[in-house]
Amino acid sequence: MKLLYILTPLAPLCGAIAAGFFGKKLGRVNSHRVTIGGVGIAFLFSLIALFANLSGDGSVFDETIYTWMISGGITFEVGFLVDRLTVVMMTVVTSVSLMVHIYTIGYMHDDPGYQRFFSYISLFTFAMLMLVMANNFMQLFFGWEAVGLVSYLLIGFWYKKPTAIFANLKAFLVNRVGDFGFLLGIAAVLMYTGTLNYGETFAAAPELVGQTMELFPGTAWSVLTVTCICLFIGAMGKSAQIPLHVWLPDSMEGPTPISALIHAATMVTAGIFMVARMSPLFELSETALSFVLIIGSLTALLMGLVGIVQNDIKRVVAYSTLSQLGYMTVALGASAYSAAIFHLMTHAFFKALLFLAAGSVIIGMHHEQDIRKMGGLKKYMPITYWTSLIGTLALIGFPGFSGFFSKDAIIEAVHGSHITGSGFAYICVLLGVFITAFYSFRMFFLVFHGKERFDEHTREHLHESPKVVTVPLILLAIPSVILGGFTIGAMLFGDYFGNAIYVAEQHDVLAELGSHYHGALNFVLHGLQTPPFYLAAAGTLSAGVIYLYKPEIAEWFYKKFGFVHRLLDNKYGFDDFNQKVFAGGSLRIADKLWSVGDVKLIDGLMVNGTANSIGLFSQFARKLQSGYLYHYAFAMIIGLLAMLFIFIFTT
Amino acid sequence: MDNIGLATGEIFLLCAICVILIGDLFVSENRRQMSYLLSQLTLVITLILTWVVAPETGSATAFGGSFVMDPMSKLCKSWILVVSIGVFLYSRDYINARRIMNGEYYTLALSGVLGMMIMVSSSTMLTLYLGLELLSLSLYALVALNRTDEKSSEAAMKYFVLGALASGALLYGISMIYGATGSLHFDVIAAKLGEDSSSTAAVFGLAFVVVGIAFKFGAAPFHMWVPDVYEGAPTSVTLYISSAPKIAAFAISMRFLVDGLETAHASWQGMLIILSVLSIVIGNVIALAQVSIKRMLAYSTISHVGFILMGILAGNDQGYSASMFYAITYALTSMGAFGILLAMGRAGVEINLLTDLRGLFRRNPVYAAVMMVLLVSMAGVPPTVGFYAKLAVLNAVVQADLVWLAVLAVVFSVVGAFYYLRVIKYMFFDEPAETQPVDSSLDVQVGLTINGAAMILFGVFPGLIMAACVAAFAG
Repeated sequence: MKLLYILTPLAPLCGAIAAGFFGKKLGRVNSHRVTIGGVGIAFLFSLIALFANLSGDGSVFDETIYTWMISGGITFEVGFLVDRLTVVMMTVVTSVSLMVHIYTIGYMHDDPGYQRFFSYISLFTFAMLMLVMANNFMQLFFGWEAVGLVSYLLIGFWYKKPTAIFANLKAFLVNRVGDFGFLLGIAAVLMYTGTLNYGETFAAAPELVGQTMELFPGTAWSVLTVTCICLFIGAMGKSAQIPLHVWLPDSMEGPTPISALIHAATMVTAGIFMVARMSPLFELSETALSFVLIIGSLTALLMGLVGIVQNDIKRVVAYSTLSQLGYMTVALGASAYSAAIFHLMTHAFFKALLFLAAGSVIIGMHHEQDIRKMGGLKKYMPITYWTSLIGTLALIGFPGFSGFFSKDAIIEAVHGSHITGSGFAYICVLLGVFITAFYSFRMFFLVFHGKERFDEHTREHLHESPKVVTVPLILLAIPSVILGGFTIGAMLFGDYFGNAIYVAEQHDVLAELGSHYHGALNFVLHGLQTPPFYLAAAGTLSAGVIYLYKPEIAEWFYKKFGFVHRLLDNKYGFDDFNQKVFAGGSLRIADKLWSVGDVKLIDGLMVNGTANSIGLFSQFARKLQSGYLYHYAFAMIIGLLAMLFIFIFTT
Repeated sequence: MDNIGLATGEIFLLCAICVILIGDLFVSENRRQMSYLLSQLTLVITLILTWVVAPETGSATAFGGSFVMDPMSKLCKSWILVVSIGVFLYSRDYINARRIMNGEYYTLALSGVLGMMIMVSSSTMLTLYLGLELLSLSLYALVALNRTDEKSSEAAMKYFVLGALASGALLYGISMIYGATGSLHFDVIAAKLGEDSSSTAAVFGLAFVVVGIAFKFGAAPFHMWVPDVYEGAPTSVTLYISSAPKIAAFAISMRFLVDGLETAHASWQGMLIILSVLSIVIGNVIALAQVSIKRMLAYSTISHVGFILMGILAGNDQGYSASMFYAITYALTSMGAFGILLAMGRAGVEINLLTDLRGLFRRNPVYAAVMMVLLVSMAGVPPTVGFYAKLAVLNAVVQADLVWLAVLAVVFSVVGAFYYLRVIKYMFFDEPAETQPVDSSLDVQVGLTINGAAMILFGVFPGLIMAACVAAFAG
């Protein structure tokens, strides 16, 4: 198995290297063959790992493959930890990635950067696998940064487009804020436990309970709380939680919907995964859990609201992703880690479906992305229509669809939680259900039903997308329907995760839920009688009424509550605030530092000063090398005499 | 004749040299490829033989205890042979194009290799001296190989006279140590000095020995020959001098200073500190003012020698292994850098000035990339192997409580980064003086690419070499 685990991340890496460095020589077809081959191997191996883990005795593979260096007592290693949490992530990552690779053949067909794109997405798969398979913080951080790098490259893939460059810079900088917190968290782990290895850290963690540190003189902070919150700040960056969410909507500047998919369905799950992986740490600090809970619920609610006013089809899906990530984070905060991973898994499939469906619509509409200019597409694109419907139903949590199981479990878990803030979170997630249904069906109705709002020219060319596009849609629609019902029993209430996730007894809300759990069917029946169902139904209904039959209501609302609309349209002003205060402020500070510190002190005095004096000395010393043999011999004799004098006659 | 089998590699090499020497006489001018192939074959077989006869663990001696085979000698010999294979590969086209005496180059270089192998395996001062002189004499002749060239003969003359002076000092030191301890065997010397470490005669001899070694290394202030020889010698010879002999020089320092005179550590540590500080300072600073790339690399070598000495003077196993790692990886780096210069030259075109590298990127992007990696490695930038080598040496020095030395070394490395980066700038951002693409035979291309890739490979996975280096001193 060891070899298999080593090869799993290496296969996509080899593909990325081949397509990246030798893409021109390989040509287009061979480039996509080699990268798809690499990812295919990774997918196959992940499946083998998954089944081996399911059928095995639950033993965990935790081995160091290579010790990079030992410095000052700290070992830096490459190692793999493969347990049931890892195999789920591996399978999700590689399967979505494989799908993306295949879809790319069609979508990027005429792009001059074809090979480069394949190289990036394969490299992304490698980085993501390294991240999820790590058994130590060092490698986790490597994967974390590597995904960040590839995401930067992907968002700015069309590097001649100014908005893309702005977006990738923004994503990079915002993630840097998160990564800084993450790095501090890792440093705290290292400082207080003396190791970077997961197993050793978790074993040492209980001893840290009650220990405090002084962040500012005279204040005592719980070590665990600080560590966990720092780590979570990292997750906030990568998983786009308020207020570090601003990069995700802009990341849609890359070649959509492929890079959108890479970001929205795969990379953003890194933060969720990381917190679940660190459950033995988070469980020890209720404060940190509350923090996670509140951030998550705010994200779930507020980002859903923004989704209502978006008109760009892929941005609606992007905001929906943000809101769903909020749900996952809420589950983490409520200690329902397995529910978070469960939702992550189901979400990966139906969100991939929605993104690809959006892509299909965009192709059909000749790269028109404004939903106000669509409508009535149902009869032109039947496959896209039905698969979108399935995706949307799964997203809003219609009973029986996979999203229903995961979302309902989260809501129930929050309901049962006793952590500070859980009451607030419960309200947020309930409202979120209504809003999710509202914006999802708003988009759905505006795109597929109602009047046709496009011109004659578009209509002539409007037809169903080719097979490379529709086949992945159909393939993704199947798990979007059935996956939840099949796996809920094992993943949430069974003992699937075993020791991979640790939940303290007093926090174990899922166990309580589990005591009432009697099969998936009963769960559905029960779901029909709970508030989320009615809220979702109400959301769907109101969307239908407003956008299909009575558009006046929306008009009236805009007029009456214009400020609300403006607030949402400005995304609560996060972007403006960042742009003015952080970007503007640091520019002004940097300008001063540059004119005084850099130009005068460093450049003038230190750099050029030393360079000049060393240069002068160098010219002088060069003269000593006269070229005369007797000078050389003389220098040697002097050297010898000096040696003798210093060491014989002084001792 | 006990255990004579241990020297099978050396004996084979000696026989092969004779065969090639004689064979070369009977081969016509246009079939000189023969000597090259035979020489490469010889090196490969010697390498295999060395591995076969080396004891699994521990050490074994032969020739009445004057020849030793231990993990260090096995490792050093292997790398000397590997590096020499690369050296011959890179040199071939250069020699053919210039009609420099073909067979002589290979036979002389091979006898130099034999000398190095004997140095590495010596366990008495006599064998050590024997090996050293075999190497030195081969080198003098090699430098003068291009007889008609004035610079070449001048360099050879200087090298020969100064080398004789250094050998004299070394021999004088040996005789003093022999007088103080009554033995030529390193282990006996160590035991004798262990009883009475304050012997003035021994320390007196030690100073002379250090001077001799410092000269062979090319450490300041005994470095004066290095730039002149590097510049004057045919580039293929410079390539040879700058690579494998550094490993051998490291090995004899270990034999002398650690195997023989470890009890006088306090004395030689002070001497090596002076040498290493002077080498790092002088090497890096004077390199800045050079306009010839060969001279620049010569001064750069001097500064790297300073680093190798730093590891030895730390006086602990960590330092010895770090130093060994440094010597081996430096030999590989230097080999690659001169290899690029060789590949760029053609008949009648010598690469000598820094500006000759202008626009290499346009003329051959692969070579430019390889050269960049090599230079970056010399400057000590991660993730190349040069970074890890420096880190390991500095770590050892800090362990030995010589923090100031580490700081000084780092500061001057920064100064050194300038002249490496300048070359990179020439290669990538300046317009080439001539637009003709640089081309060379396929095996050279492959060799140079592997050489460049190895810099990164060993930088990311230093354990591949480091593990063996640590094991060599663990016993």
